[in-house]
Amino acid sequence: MGNGTHLGKVRGLGSSGHGAQHWLQQRLTALANILLVGFLFVSLVRLPLGDHAAVLRWASNPTVALALILMVVSVFWHLRLGLTVLIEDYVHGEATRLLSLVLLNFYAIGGAAYGIFAIVRIVLAPAAGLAPGGM
Amino acid sequence: MAGNEPSARPRSPHLQVYKWTPAMAVSILHRASGDGLAIVGACMFLWWLGALAAGPDAYAAFLACVWHDPSPEVGLVHQITNIVGKVVLVGLTWAFFQHLFSGLRHFVLDTGAGYELKTNKLWSIAVITAGVLATAATWLYIMAGAL
Repeated sequence: MGNGTHLGKVRGLGSSGHGAQHWLQQRLTALANILLVGFLFVSLVRLPLGDHAAVLRWASNPTVALALILMVVSVFWHLRLGLTVLIEDYVHGEATRLLSLVLLNFYAIGGAAYGIFAIVRIVLAPAAGLAPGGM
Repeated sequence: MAGNEPSARPRSPHLQVYKWTPAMAVSILHRASGDGLAIVGACMFLWWLGALAAGPDAYAAFLACVWHDPSPEVGLVHQITNIVGKVVLVGLTWAFFQHLFSGLRHFVLDTGAGYELKTNKLWSIAVITAGVLATAATWLYIMAGAL
């Protein structure tokens, strides 16, 4: 932030025409989270969670698996938006803030990929003739 | 941007300098519960999902760590993690309801409604109360089933 032009001083510091995008995406994923995480929550409370075979049967149902994949996308998108704001508010210093935002993106994208891949494993392992845990 | 201000005027969010009100409490709880869910909740979910996909042995290992180790002589590590796991799960349940109810409040505020001081205070208190009650109801339901 040197002694540049007025535009140069504010560039990169916030919205410039697309500020509503973050806000809107947060609301859209919030709405999806109400439905999808609500579904997961009710399922978790009702499932016999100690019974691996029963939980696996539930998760490998195509409708459930699709809902879980959508939930992972929506949740990790939403948490990326929320944690971005947290970092922007509380992490000071250019370098640490940039590093935090990079790590957050690794976490959000990596976590979502791990979750989706786990669901795909659960659904496709029997089709591939593998026992659970194969593949 | 912090550190570059031309004056020492107060900046938000600096929690120490404000008088606490229900609306402020529900606001910071929204962030705290959201961050808890985002980091602890999401990691717990991925751990559970990964263990479920990895097979019965991995799933049993997950349960023995987080919930209950069925072996006759439970090691010290699992004695501790069995307690921590339950505390974390109750905490995540509270964070889920707090963030859900507070998020619904934000949807109402987004329409421009509910900013009158008394209304705002009422719904802030209602959100916090409902979060605690829903958490208690959930765990009473779970424990009633387990017994």
